[in-house]
Amino acid sequence: MSSASGAAVSVAPAWQGRVRSATTEPAAVRWALIGVSLLFLGVFLVVPLVAVFYQALAKGLGEYLRALVDPHARAAIGLTLITAAIVVPLNTVFGIAAAWAIAKFEFRGKQLLITLIDLPFSVSPVVAGLIFILVFGRNGWLGPWLDARGLNVVFAVPGIVLATLFVTFPFVARELIPLMQAQGTEEEEAARVLGASGWQTLWRVTLPNIKWGLLYGIILCNGRAMGEFGAVSVVSGRIRGLTNTMPLHVEVLYYENVAAAFAVASLLALLALVTLAAKSVLEWNVRRQVARAGNNLAQGESP
Amino acid sequence: MSIEVRSISKTFGRFAALRGVSLRVETGELVALLGPSGSGKTTLLRIIAGMEQPDPGSGPILFEDENVARRGVGARQVGFVFQHYALFRHMTVFENVAFGLRVRPGKLRPPKEVIRQRVRRLLQLVQLETFANRYPNQLSGGQRQRVALARALAIEPRVLLLDEPFGSLDAKVRKELRQWLRRLHDEIHITSVFVTHDQEEALELADRVVVMNEGQIEQIGTPDEVFHSPCTEFVTTFLGQVNFFHGRVEDGKLHFASLTWDAPEAAEMPAQPVRVFVRPHDFEVDTHRNGAPSFKATVRRVHSAGPNVRLELTAESGEHLLVELPQEHYRSRQIAAGSQVYVTPRDVKVFAKNGTDGQDAADGQVE
Amino acid sequence: MLIALKRHSVLPGFGLTMGFTLAYLSLVVLIPLAALFLRAAGVDWDRLWAALSDPQVVAAFRLSFRTALIAAALNAVFGLVVAWVLVRYTFPGKRLIDAAVDLPFALPTAVSGITLTALFDQNGWFGRWLQPLGITVVGAPLGITVALVFIGLPFVVRTLQPALEDLDPEVEEAAASLGANRLQTFLRVILPMVLPALLAGFAMAFARGLGEYGSVVFISGNMPMETEIVPKLIVDKLSQHDVVGACAMGVVMLAASFVLLFVINLLQWWSRRHV
Repeated sequence: MSSASGAAVSVAPAWQGRVRSATTEPAAVRWALIGVSLLFLGVFLVVPLVAVFYQALAKGLGEYLRALVDPHARAAIGLTLITAAIVVPLNTVFGIAAAWAIAKFEFRGKQLLITLIDLPFSVSPVVAGLIFILVFGRNGWLGPWLDARGLNVVFAVPGIVLATLFVTFPFVARELIPLMQAQGTEEEEAARVLGASGWQTLWRVTLPNIKWGLLYGIILCNGRAMGEFGAVSVVSGRIRGLTNTMPLHVEVLYYENVAAAFAVASLLALLALVTLAAKSVLEWNVRRQVARAGNNLAQGESP
Repeated sequence: MSIEVRSISKTFGRFAALRGVSLRVETGELVALLGPSGSGKTTLLRIIAGMEQPDPGSGPILFEDENVARRGVGARQVGFVFQHYALFRHMTVFENVAFGLRVRPGKLRPPKEVIRQRVRRLLQLVQLETFANRYPNQLSGGQRQRVALARALAIEPRVLLLDEPFGSLDAKVRKELRQWLRRLHDEIHITSVFVTHDQEEALELADRVVVMNEGQIEQIGTPDEVFHSPCTEFVTTFLGQVNFFHGRVEDGKLHFASLTWDAPEAAEMPAQPVRVFVRPHDFEVDTHRNGAPSFKATVRRVHSAGPNVRLELTAESGEHLLVELPQEHYRSRQIAAGSQVYVTPRDVKVFAKNGTDGQDAADGQVE
Repeated sequence: MLIALKRHSVLPGFGLTMGFTLAYLSLVVLIPLAALFLRAAGVDWDRLWAALSDPQVVAAFRLSFRTALIAAALNAVFGLVVAWVLVRYTFPGKRLIDAAVDLPFALPTAVSGITLTALFDQNGWFGRWLQPLGITVVGAPLGITVALVFIGLPFVVRTLQPALEDLDPEVEEAAASLGANRLQTFLRVILPMVLPALLAGFAMAFARGLGEYGSVVFISGNMPMETEIVPKLIVDKLSQHDVVGACAMGVVMLAASFVLLFVINLLQWWSRRHV
């Protein structure tokens, strides 16, 4: 999860290969530390994951499936998918554009721009919802204007899309920026010299080089887009069947039918597991691409 | 304090880094472990330090006849200097040097004032007294290595081990530090072993040189001995430049480069092909025959810039040779590119091939 | 203006991409954030102050800060152990565990919220052991802390892993050759070198914990003055149409986010400086 630190993943650690006796702890200490880690992770990770599925199937497979085909559940699933289908492509295009501008050119204020792009990452999701209410709500900046035209943003689907857009804003960009910075501009410049247009350069040279990082960012963006709760909770009206996404529907169900809530939650948990699995595979590929970029640069630098 | 290791072997996976190596270093000696990459010299050094464990079945590691093989690196009281300094970058120079003294357990730890004085004295020794409060990233490479040395000496080690200590430095700094290290050693006389792949460094610095190749010791001797009296073909070709001839030994005579020499030492040997090596400065070159047995050669290029003149020749028998002459000798003879000259070898090293590459059975010096 | 300051480049598209980037950034992020500041600025100071000094609000801030701090501290300690074990040791299942560390980050907060509640509730798998010991998790600040430990876990581990991987083994060998035992080497040599990364991870976990909503709102019980966190109070105020109150709290949260973002950047810069 390089997104937490915002930096590109590190290349081959120095610890692989020979075991150096001066730098390892006695076996008892090692196993104690491993034990503590496994216990900690077991309690906080493994058990909760298992519990989701256990609770979902608590009333049997029949109830589980019934909860999922319930019309309100289906509407919630549909809304979640639509939101992701809008938000992810938009943020992906942004991510590519921002990474191109930042990685391929030199200009003042670059670090500030990168920090601004990271902003939504550090803002509380509730605050993220709040700000859209302030802009689009009935008493907000655009409230009267929207009212006059009978348009609803907050407490309606557009509001949900906007809030999700905000919250997942940085995901693709912060994967691509360090990757493209590591790769430099040489290949693109070579393409230009050979006569390629800007779009051709982007399509044929840049995108293939970043494809793993791009996919990685998209997967993370999608995961968060489908799973966002806080921001959407503020902005949606929780109108069942209309403005409930899957996470919101889980909340609503929780106070009525716990097993049904967990049934819908299990779908989200499966999504999380798929996201994690894809992450692992892609991260390894991204690591390779960064390493290759580093080698190319290093070779280019020595006379 | 003397160091002795016996029959040390070490394998990493399937790679044999050391094969039954034995060595003795006398108290106060400065010994160089010299060899190419993969020769096992760094592995041997690290085993002496305790950072690697030799394979089971290896012999003892003796510090003044005390077997320290079972002791951890901290308990052997060795001073170790790394190629890349390994300074603690979050500590000042002073704190780096004081580290070894500060981590001693309660009773053995000297009081603060004693530590301070000792660190100051060491920094004086390495001429970095005014840098006590700087951080490693504010120092040059040469300065960092001196700090590393002071840090290693602070714990009053019995033995000083240096792993390619000047390998990361510029050529000029390397030469300066080399001389500086020699002077330091002359002053404090601590038993020292250093690893290098730079033969000039080994020959210039060390009291004795241990030439290693492929996990084994080829020869141990003074710089003079290993250079002028190499025992094996590897040592001959590794140290300094050398010219190679295919030759033959038969009936007590050595034949090579269309010359025939008497070889009484080889009288017992059956007729066989041999490999003949001559160092560039062990030739005499003249524009006409002067009595001694010589072969003809054509001069291809003359390099006269430098303390000696280097000639590239092609011998009559086809070998490409490199010959080194003193400047006066060259000037008095009018040798130019394209001229025909007569070459007389004065000192050759002969090794018999023993079937397997690199294994030399006999050696001989022929006059 | 930024375009004029750019060095000439043979690559095209700067104007287009930069323009789009700035426009999109403004529309989606900057302008909406500005709305919060402007709204709060438009209210006079007395009303803002009254809103912020309301006992319920103060209690919520206290609770949010306290629980986020404790959770981040716990994550710092255990996260260091987990990161160490993942970087230095090999054991069966390590790769799986390494991937699993990201679970709290990938799992939707509502899902973690209801799951943790179910686990620690009286009849839950953990709750039934803690209940006889007199430890109540659900409906108590402890529950909030537990939830925040869960979601903050990846931050410390993922920030520490690269820092631990970058450690030079020779430095540890040097310390050992100078006579330091493993504990001394760890405390005097290793820990100071990874401290910036550790603090950055701590700050990130803290920042995330402050603003967390979904994972916490189910387990906390939301009792005003007792177990009500700031995000929940903001949501309630909005539904009661107390926009001023919500904005006042929102601005404080936003300011805290900015400060923490600044601190984290500073820490990451510091960690690169001594290299």
